[in-house]
Amino acid sequence: MTTRLHVDWTRCDGHGSCVELLPELLVHDEWGFPLSRTGEPDAVVPRQLDDLARRAVSACPLQALRLRS
Amino acid sequence: MTVTSVSAPPMGESRLLADHPGGPVPQVDLRSLVDLLTRAGLTGRGGAGFPTARKLAALDGRRPVIVGNAMEGEPLSHKDAVLLQRSPGLVLDGLDILRHALRPSRTVLALGARVPTPPDRRGIEVRRLADSFVAGQETALVNQLNGHDPVPTDPSTPVFRRGVDGRPTLVLNAETLAQLALVVRHGATWFRSQGLEDDPGTFLISLTESVPGLLDHPGVLEARRGVPLREVLRRGGADPGRVQAVLLGGYHGAWIPGHALDTSLSRPGLAPYGATPGAGIVHLLDQGACPLDVAARVTAYLAGQSARQCGPCLNGLPHMAQTMRRLARPGADPRLLPELERLQVLVTGRGACKHPDGTVRFVASTLRVFDRHVQEHLRGHCDKDHPRRAAR
Repeated sequence: MTTRLHVDWTRCDGHGSCVELLPELLVHDEWGFPLSRTGEPDAVVPRQLDDLARRAVSACPLQALRLRS
Repeated sequence: MTVTSVSAPPMGESRLLADHPGGPVPQVDLRSLVDLLTRAGLTGRGGAGFPTARKLAALDGRRPVIVGNAMEGEPLSHKDAVLLQRSPGLVLDGLDILRHALRPSRTVLALGARVPTPPDRRGIEVRRLADSFVAGQETALVNQLNGHDPVPTDPSTPVFRRGVDGRPTLVLNAETLAQLALVVRHGATWFRSQGLEDDPGTFLISLTESVPGLLDHPGVLEARRGVPLREVLRRGGADPGRVQAVLLGGYHGAWIPGHALDTSLSRPGLAPYGATPGAGIVHLLDQGACPLDVAARVTAYLAGQSARQCGPCLNGLPHMAQTMRRLARPGADPRLLPELERLQVLVTGRGACKHPDGTVRFVASTLRVFDRHVQEHLRGHCDKDHPRRAAR
């Protein structure tokens, strides 16, 4: 089962903690919003990044990040 | 199942816009209705073209809310307004049939600013809502009916699970409701007697022009699915020689070049151009107009219609509009093209609604279809009109 990282764009204000925690998956775009490195809007989370992805979800101050399987 | 037909079914391609004597609305249960709509092959007429039967079947057991969507936020669309003017009874019939089959907790008809109120309401909650380009999107409509701003919300909870009042919500376009009423009155075989095998029935077409006089009869007409574009132009009284291109699907749509008017308004026919029959919007661009000038204005309009919630849309669309504005000037910098490609990738799929993706579709189609004109601009030439803006 694949897990994907979903951004609720109506909540995200580019705080950036997710990019700091998941540099393997995310970069900042030129406006400071998280941009998936894979090119897919909802990046697939590899199993070895599961824990960090969960931490990123709880670290988001606007609860804009969600894991979807 | 018995279908009570109180009058002869309308023959030919004029169905929704034919005269309807009214009479009692046939009542069917949910299972029969889903079965009938599956056999008829009715798809949503609001743009996305999703099978109506599957939308009904997706609702879980709880009492749902039914919403008729006549917001018509797209400026080039006029069909919902004409339908509510000409045949309001059919739209209400559709809601009545669903009310009987689904026993909803609420039934709402949502009207945008340009859509007339039906003369008779039959106990249906008719709401005139704040409209904008995105206010008619399903989640924005639900948000507004829940007392919030008319802006989209994150689509990961679909409205058919949790929508108005937290209930499963069925949102159907006004034309879909009217088509549904006709299917129930006259049957699936009758419905399929027009249109294509895999895309049957008729649809309403909003036919408009970039300059007055290009069409003898601009307005709304009804035609079978799969009608050739050339036939639509003929019915509107257009001289094909004066048509440079046709914008299909409105400001989120794509262009069909003037040499391809034999294209049929069907999914396979339009696919090579990245277009779909959508909500039946057909807009003619005259030979004299600079397509890049027109496209720059449309992109600026779309940037202004961002709900200003999602960062990539809020930042990316104005940037894209400004880049299109520069490209519209003869002598444009060739680096604008890779910049536009970069921006398209940067905003696609990165919003709660389809506004960024729709804007990208329009811009990408413009660059593809008018490639030769783009090259002219880069060489410093343009033999087309750039009308000065009256107001900004």
